[in-house]
Amino acid sequence: MLCSPVAFCSELRQLTYMADITLRVNGNEKKVSVSPETPLLWVLRDTLALTGTKFGCGAGLCGACTVHVDGSAIRSCSTPVSQVAGKSVTTIEGLSANGLHALQQAWIAEEVPQCGYCQTGQIMTAAALLAKTPNPTDDQITQAMNGNLCRCGTYERIRKAIHRAAGGGVR
Amino acid sequence: MSPLSRREFVAAGVAAGTGLVIGFYLPHQGASKQESFSPNAYLRITPDNRVTIVVARSEMGQGVRTSLPMILAEELEADWKQIEIEQAEASTLFGDQTTGGSASIRTTWDPMRKAGATAREMLISAAALAWGVPRSSCVAESGRIKHGASGRSLSYGELASRAAILPIPADVPLKQSKDYRIVGQRVARLDSPAKVKGDAIFGIDVRLPGMKLAVLSRCPTIGGRVSSFDDKESKKIAGVSYVGKIGDSSVAVVADSVWGAMEGRRVLNVAWDDGPNKDLNTAAVTAALKQAASRKAASIYSTGDTTKVSGRKISAEYSLPFMAHAPMEPGNCTANYQGAKCELWAPTQVPQDCRDSVAQAVGLDPDQVKVNVTLMGGGFGRRLEHDYAVEAALVSKAINAPVKVIWTREDDMRFSTYRPVSLHQLSATLDGSGFPIALTHRLIAPSITGQKGQPTPGNVDPDLPDEAGPVYGLPNYSIEYVMAETPVPLGWMRSVYALQAAFALESFIDELAVAAGKDPLKYRLHLLEKDQDLQYCTSTWKTARMRGVLQLAAEKAGWEKPLPAGRFRGIACFGCFATYMAEVVEISMEGGQTENAQPHVRRVVAAVDCGQVVNPSILEQQIQGGVVYALANALRAKITIEKGRVLQGNFDDYAPLRMDETPVVEVYAVPSTEAPTGIGEPSVPPLAPALCNAIYAATKKRIRALPILS
Repeated sequence: MLCSPVAFCSELRQLTYMADITLRVNGNEKKVSVSPETPLLWVLRDTLALTGTKFGCGAGLCGACTVHVDGSAIRSCSTPVSQVAGKSVTTIEGLSANGLHALQQAWIAEEVPQCGYCQTGQIMTAAALLAKTPNPTDDQITQAMNGNLCRCGTYERIRKAIHRAAGGGVR
Repeated sequence: MSPLSRREFVAAGVAAGTGLVIGFYLPHQGASKQESFSPNAYLRITPDNRVTIVVARSEMGQGVRTSLPMILAEELEADWKQIEIEQAEASTLFGDQTTGGSASIRTTWDPMRKAGATAREMLISAAALAWGVPRSSCVAESGRIKHGASGRSLSYGELASRAAILPIPADVPLKQSKDYRIVGQRVARLDSPAKVKGDAIFGIDVRLPGMKLAVLSRCPTIGGRVSSFDDKESKKIAGVSYVGKIGDSSVAVVADSVWGAMEGRRVLNVAWDDGPNKDLNTAAVTAALKQAASRKAASIYSTGDTTKVSGRKISAEYSLPFMAHAPMEPGNCTANYQGAKCELWAPTQVPQDCRDSVAQAVGLDPDQVKVNVTLMGGGFGRRLEHDYAVEAALVSKAINAPVKVIWTREDDMRFSTYRPVSLHQLSATLDGSGFPIALTHRLIAPSITGQKGQPTPGNVDPDLPDEAGPVYGLPNYSIEYVMAETPVPLGWMRSVYALQAAFALESFIDELAVAAGKDPLKYRLHLLEKDQDLQYCTSTWKTARMRGVLQLAAEKAGWEKPLPAGRFRGIACFGCFATYMAEVVEISMEGGQTENAQPHVRRVVAAVDCGQVVNPSILEQQIQGGVVYALANALRAKITIEKGRVLQGNFDDYAPLRMDETPVVEVYAVPSTEAPTGIGEPSVPPLAPALCNAIYAATKKRIRALPILS
């Protein structure tokens, strides 16, 4: 008998298993036992209690869940944890030893956050930008940050904060 | 209840005598000796020199956890560095704790100042008594009372227990604005460090021991119900522990993890009874509005007689769609129901509503429900509802365990309460110079409050008095409201009806200016040239202050100077929540002169008169944020209904503004020592008409229906 797509999926799911997956999170080795298709976001938030990474859309549209995997900014809401097994994950909690990354300081100095919910994702995206482009132009900032939504409309201050962190680089 | 102590009585007397909500003194239970000094519910000073200010409004980004303490600290003469804040839980001590209507500062300005000044005067008395010197020889300064003649000083902490046994003075002097040291300064927000480190706890971050996670499957059709459900597949998902009906129209899936709950919901099989709205669509909603337009309207503002003038007549109709708040943090709430009590951790603008609604839903008394107010990832009015709190409490009760209910983005988009659709019929009679001698604005929209079953005296939505006032002092002017109905759930969204009212009025004024062949700024200034007090409902609008913001915005935007080729601009002004606002929007049209050319907003110059500015940096944030929010609303915010269901689901089909579309927003405040007024919302309404007026300047096409890019 043919299964409907949903039923077929759930048949498969019955076969899924809780896997032990090891990843490096903020420099520490973490072993988690979760179903392998679980988005990294929920492993970070639910299993590892790292709630600085936020849930915004679940579809890679808003960037609130941005973390670094081996140095690149990725959307943790749409990345199955199995894909980052053995890789190095950095979350906002691990961006700097004491929350004093140049971007975090610049974010405070420019008074960027309003509600603040999206800002950890914004900072992680900006950190990946500065790692590759230490002195970004306005256009480079726009290009890098355009995937991160902010409903409070803090974009102009984000831009200023990135320039400030980059050492007052030329626009 | 024990009889009131003298201290309570005095504080209560202060409250009753002035009509202010100042909060009553709270004696320590069983304390024989007063250690800490808490002259009212807003303030606590302990012997270790900690000054804790209680914030009885919710922080959703608008800065109340900084700006409200600044007001109290100013009068207290505190050292700002020693201030700590504490979020108030739902309580009867603070009056109405609703955070909305751009009201936090304007409604707590007096109580917070009075609370600080009362404590300051008592600390002075305590020091004077300790030193045996006259009060008048002591001054409060930076968290200490100083005696100039002897050079002695005592910290507030050292004086706390002595001040605590003194009578509370009934009438305390308040500082003059020229002496302010904290109010008016760009004081850094207290919440920034935690927010950039990722330590800030929003509602969605709350964790309790043994807590379960839940998502709900809600009937996708408005007003529909659960007919039956089959949880066989859901229960096969690892970690799913419970599936059950919650209320009439949803089924909860509870698991050990959010992902488990989401997966459980994905395979849940629910049969829905679609109910009476299964054929509802946007066209039917629009038709119902048009039908309602022929009804008799309720007058909300009337001066002169618009029917008894003759001259050239111009009329136009404007319309706006449903819109969704879409805050970045989706709905959520954590609840722990334990038989005789229920505790909530809620990102909410209405802690007291949450408490009362949850109490009713789970069968407790309100005082058995404790509401902890968390930080909010945006509110914009969505969290003026209490649906998320009731759901969480019901699920916790059903599973007899603590639970966090999380909404997905699609849940947030499809099960929101929406900004009402509206239709506006404007007509004017012009004099020989092209200026209106009569103007009528008929506003046809469903009532948010009415839909919620709350009173709407005189068939007028009770929000309109804050949000649909006259801007111009015309001799014959009528604003009327027709209450329409819709089954689509309605909510208060940032600036509420002011967005609709301003779009219609300020677009129409532009049309009149064009018809008169006059510059739209000069045309408006002419209509405001006489100093008038416009009495609207219970408020007074001053034409002089509106003129002031228009002139300031125009001057800063360089209105008199020609624009570079390819740039165009529009202007609009509006007043709401007691604040005056004008904006100049500068655009270019991308795509040249073609039919498909789209506006790109390059620059917005915003001028505001909100009385005394409490914190200029937060003011700037609110205005820049309001403009960005309003620009997304104007360009493409539209919720459509098809077969009784909301079509939009995520940030792809309901797209907020991104960085590449965000203009530079310059903010200028008219210097003022008037009492502060609202600032969270007033920058929203002028944006859409100013933008559409700029588009007219560029294309000679008048946009009378939002969104622009529909």
